Amino acid sequence: MARIIVITSGKGGVGKTTTTANLGMALAQLGYQTALIDADIGLRNLDLLLGLENRVIYTALEVLSGECRLEQALIKDKRQPGLMLLPAAQNRNKDSISAEQMKYLVGLMEPQYDYILIDCPAGIETGFHNAIGPAHEALVVTTPEIAAVRDADRVIGLLEANGIEKISLLVNRLRPQMVKANDMMSVADVREILAIPLIGVIPEDECVIVSTNRGEPLVLEKKLSLPGIAFENTACRIDGQQVEFLDLQAYSKGPLKRLRNFFLGSSKASS
Amino acid sequence: MIIDIFERLFFFNGRGSRNDVKKRLKLVLAHDRSTLNASTLEKMRKEILVVVSKYVELDTDSLEFSIKTDSRMTALIANLPIRRIIQSESL
Repeated sequence: MARIIVITSGKGGVGKTTTTANLGMALAQLGYQTALIDADIGLRNLDLLLGLENRVIYTALEVLSGECRLEQALIKDKRQPGLMLLPAAQNRNKDSISAEQMKYLVGLMEPQYDYILIDCPAGIETGFHNAIGPAHEALVVTTPEIAAVRDADRVIGLLEANGIEKISLLVNRLRPQMVKANDMMSVADVREILAIPLIGVIPEDECVIVSTNRGEPLVLEKKLSLPGIAFENTACRIDGQQVEFLDLQAYSKGPLKRLRNFFLGSSKASS
Repeated sequence: MIIDIFERLFFFNGRGSRNDVKKRLKLVLAHDRSTLNASTLEKMRKEILVVVSKYVELDTDSLEFSIKTDSRMTALIANLPIRRIIQSESL
């Protein structure tokens, strides 16, 4: 039996797809057969973040219409054979698939995988309901910003109303230096407001954009970046392991520390 | 460390916006989470009072009726001070 987890947020642009790509890759690295489903029909991006865009031939829609078999639509990641992607159609809209069809697709895949992650589209309309339909669990991604947290709260309410009880929180794009200066909500603040268990904290870092530019998830790097470590730790927590949260404050460098590092050479994360 | 102290001295930018955002967020969420609007609440208040007044005489001046939201629970808080109990035979 696969664990079927929907990655959702309500608000767009908070990092759902980045999270799906990295957690999927990290779970596959842990040795699990992992499938990623892009449920964002019409605005597919998961293939791009995984660097698999040139290998998309068929999508979930062709599987449903009988034009191809499921195996033909699934793309196996050459870097990590435990990872599969089922792409979404790009030239259709979100109404071209029903909640029953989505459940049928996931049902087909369930026996062969340990984890199935569904990348949910932004919003709370049809696409959202289709994506959460087959899921047993949900991972809510938010950033420590007022609009993202409000939307996350709304989504948590909808998930609960739809019978999804296991909901965990991932706080993305945290800027420890701003929290320290009292100009950003802390992870504890967000957790207290949303009142669901925390599964991961990912710091804001330029290397996230670099990794999306290249189509290589952060967790693939030989020497992991800080967000890469944070994603890997999150995957371990999903797997049930007890992993301490990183002390991001200790890694963040203020202006003076940056100056000192510039002159004295970088002593990364020494404080 | 000394550098931390210097940083705090030179780059401390006032009281910060963190408390503002928390306050605003909590207010807006309390509203979002309670799906009852004011007119429904008023209607419910009246109906509850009619039912309760059948059994007890209430102190109508100090009644309290409100919706309170805390973490994921929204609760209806009613404080209905009783003046006296109406004897059952008079019902």
